[in-house]
Amino acid sequence: MGAEFVSLSLTPIMIGVCVAIGCALPGNFLLLRSQSLIGDAISHVVLPGIVVAFLVTGAVATGPMLFGAASAALIAVLAIEVVRRLGRIETGAAMGVIFTAMFAVGVLLLEQSDTSGVHLDVEHALFGNLESLIWLDAKGWGSLLDPATLRTVPVELPRMMAALLLICIFIFIFWRPLGVSTFDEAYAKSVGIATGSLGLVLVFVSAIAAVAAFDAVGSIIVIAMFICPPAAARMMTNRLGHQIAWSVIFAAFAAIIGYFLAGYGPQWFGNFNSVSAAGMIATISGVILAITAMIGPCRKRTT
Amino acid sequence: MIDALLLQLGYNATLVTLGACLLGIAAGVAGTFLFLRKRALVSDAISHATLPGIALAFIVMVSFGGNGRSLFGLLFGAGVSAALGLLCLHWLTTRTRLGEDAAIGAVLSVFFGLGIVMLTIVQTMNVGQQAGLEGFLLGSTAGMLRGDALLLAVAASVVLSLVLFLRRPFELAAFDPAFAESSGWSLAWIDFAMMGIVLVVTVVGLKVVGLILIVALLIVPAVSARFWTDRSDGVILIAAILGGLSGYIGAALSAVAPALPTGPIIVLVGFAFFVMSLLFAPKRGVLASVLTHYQYQRQIHLRQGLLALAQGQPIYEALTRRLMFRAGLILPDGVATASGQAAAAKALLDENRWSIVRADQSFAAAATRYDGLTVIEEFLTPDQMNEVDGRIIAPRALF
Amino acid sequence: MSISLVNDAHNKNANLAQSVSPLAVHGLTVSYNQTPAIFSVNMVVHPATMTAIVGPNGAGKSTLLKAVLGVIKPLAGSVSILGKPLVKMRDKIAYMPQRASVDWDFPTRVIDVVMMGMYRNLGLLGRVRASHREQAIKCLNRVGMADFATRQIGQLSGGQQQRVFLARALAQDAEIYVLDEPLAGVDAATEKTIIAVLQELRDSGSTIVAVHHDLATVSDYFDDVVLLNKQVVAAGPIDDIFTEANLQVTYGGRLATARVDPESVAI
Repeated sequence: MGAEFVSLSLTPIMIGVCVAIGCALPGNFLLLRSQSLIGDAISHVVLPGIVVAFLVTGAVATGPMLFGAASAALIAVLAIEVVRRLGRIETGAAMGVIFTAMFAVGVLLLEQSDTSGVHLDVEHALFGNLESLIWLDAKGWGSLLDPATLRTVPVELPRMMAALLLICIFIFIFWRPLGVSTFDEAYAKSVGIATGSLGLVLVFVSAIAAVAAFDAVGSIIVIAMFICPPAAARMMTNRLGHQIAWSVIFAAFAAIIGYFLAGYGPQWFGNFNSVSAAGMIATISGVILAITAMIGPCRKRTT
Repeated sequence: MIDALLLQLGYNATLVTLGACLLGIAAGVAGTFLFLRKRALVSDAISHATLPGIALAFIVMVSFGGNGRSLFGLLFGAGVSAALGLLCLHWLTTRTRLGEDAAIGAVLSVFFGLGIVMLTIVQTMNVGQQAGLEGFLLGSTAGMLRGDALLLAVAASVVLSLVLFLRRPFELAAFDPAFAESSGWSLAWIDFAMMGIVLVVTVVGLKVVGLILIVALLIVPAVSARFWTDRSDGVILIAAILGGLSGYIGAALSAVAPALPTGPIIVLVGFAFFVMSLLFAPKRGVLASVLTHYQYQRQIHLRQGLLALAQGQPIYEALTRRLMFRAGLILPDGVATASGQAAAAKALLDENRWSIVRADQSFAAAATRYDGLTVIEEFLTPDQMNEVDGRIIAPRALF
Repeated sequence: MSISLVNDAHNKNANLAQSVSPLAVHGLTVSYNQTPAIFSVNMVVHPATMTAIVGPNGAGKSTLLKAVLGVIKPLAGSVSILGKPLVKMRDKIAYMPQRASVDWDFPTRVIDVVMMGMYRNLGLLGRVRASHREQAIKCLNRVGMADFATRQIGQLSGGQQQRVFLARALAQDAEIYVLDEPLAGVDAATEKTIIAVLQELRDSGSTIVAVHHDLATVSDYFDDVVLLNKQVVAAGPIDDIFTEANLQVTYGGRLATARVDPESVAI
């Protein structure tokens, strides 16, 4: 694991791990509240968000695109809630209506933008390009201590680390109200917890994770990270704290193994091109889930 | 535009329009059962699970020296991997404690991730035919071949006849699965048939609107239809109509603007129908509900206010006082007007009558209609009214 | 046979000033989709008593409790706790909801559920000290569930689950306890335990308000009763109010299937 590792693999792996954990953490609560598919909805609406940002600013710059994605996520969540309450429609159907409409808008706008000569890569938005987030200027492990080289680290890394920090703080502070309101909503309301607002904030925090991650792994893979590590963790334990811990372990594991398999796996088959790291990470998280679903100690329903 | 709607724009445009219409009808109907069974997003899992199959089919066909873009082969691969996805979904929800939403999301993302991996393998195969594969993601803007349209027509007819044949068991399974089982229907077979229909529609629709947007065609017409009717066969019918209309109008619109892809336009036409249904449907639409709610609240407050007046109690709530003043029942200082006195006395009399009725079992049927507002004369015969009135001790109203 | 007028309850309790009553409700109306669940409910609870809320299915008893605790919003009317609005007095009132509303699959143990009762005092970030755990164990001891402290909540029987929820309410250390069918579906031993705990609470000055489903035991366990069927039919001390006549009115003449033993009902 010499100098080459630091410049070619370290940053993608770190970004992958931050993405995985950053999505798995709020994913635990989404899972317990049967809201896992909000990640599905958010992932689909980031496309129109970035396309609108691109059309408005006229340039392919990450700042406005992230802002566009975040706004789109927020609009989608609010629209879903409005449709759900006004129309008395079940959550899944409400999500399906809103995110497909927004995605359609995104595709339409995208086709428009094509004619203006700049190409927005749809596939990049869908499944990212983790392997390309390398730290070219690094010269070995020593570069981690060199401020000048540190400044050339791909910007996705500090961004994802900041998002991860924010998520950890949120979960740490709101640990108790989140637990109580998920377990027994009527009781939570009776002790004065604003369950409605808390739920909305949880979804918003998840949206932050998704938006920060999409640049690295694309939007669709984020769903895998929201769901598979927490679901696998749920099979392993009946204690909330332990479930969170297991989900972090599974998420990191999937990110690291997935990345290596994507990069080096094909070589075992005589092919020297790597395959999509994001796709492989999602696949590995699925394999972990499958294993725990077969042998996890707490996998059976109690009722 | 009119030409497009009247199918005058040429052979290809007509094919696309009719094909899209058929797809819309089939998807609307298939999606209704998913929606009624509260499993709308299973369609999302199915559509995303097609990707590995498509990629694998391509690889296999090319490795055997065949045409990697054979529609039949690709769709067959799509169907097989979607079916596998459904199996995994079923296994996760029945064998583990995972909820259906988590299982849907897991299948969706993992299969799609695997599909992406395989797509990147395809990209490195240097075969030069893979450009078409990405068309399955977002749909293709190119025109439809006669073969594709025929495929759609066949699929639509199969779907529609199956649904016609199975609509009663479907309805039972959607509304009350336990009852369906106890009546001898096999819930497993009904679900199997339902999922099979959705799978066929999804696979067939991939080419037209792409795997991400086919979900819209399955879900949106059914959701819109629900606003207009309270009967399940009504929902199926209206979903079919709305779906067909979305397909037809959407395809016609996109024929007029050839630079724009057909899929998203169809989806947006469907969304427009949804918004109209949400807002303007009578009874279940938003406008209707808001009006009914405020009307109802007003009636409750007036009734409570009148009863308080009749018994000499103060009216505490400002909203009540405001509403009563506007209705001409009290003066600004809270004193009852002449019509207020009359209305209050009437309200008190009504409450007394209702108390008697609710306490006596011989009026059991009428008693269930008590809702704090309805005037009792609507439910009793004149003879019954006389009997009830005879039992009231002199009303203790103040006027 | 005299017919009680609506709002008669108001007159009977008018002598107890609202500012002293632990729980006073005025003109409360709650509706679901244009059907009233409860209509113009007036209720004044006396301090240091056990009050039962009794009525047929669909009478709105749970709805009344939920509206009192702010879990649902009423269409009209007001609630006051010790003379003040609910938002200021949440630490004085503890709620034990019906078992059905809980997510039994949630990864939490018995001891964790009881600790939830202390979250209000602990706040978001307050540290859990040994004293808190001891307090939780004490509450579990009172209901006889200390041995089950580390079991997952979904693995318990109905009666055991009820006791755990009572322990949670005890952990809140409130003055007023509002319980929704605390004895529904529990075994005889659990019923004895729960009633004993509630009576201890009353004897030490707390106020208990409970929706109770079993007519046969109302007069054994409770001091006051509120007869509810969408509206308050009658309310007051058991001896005065829990009469066959009033029950007939409340249950709409359907009392044949819920016959009360005349010997056990004070006339």
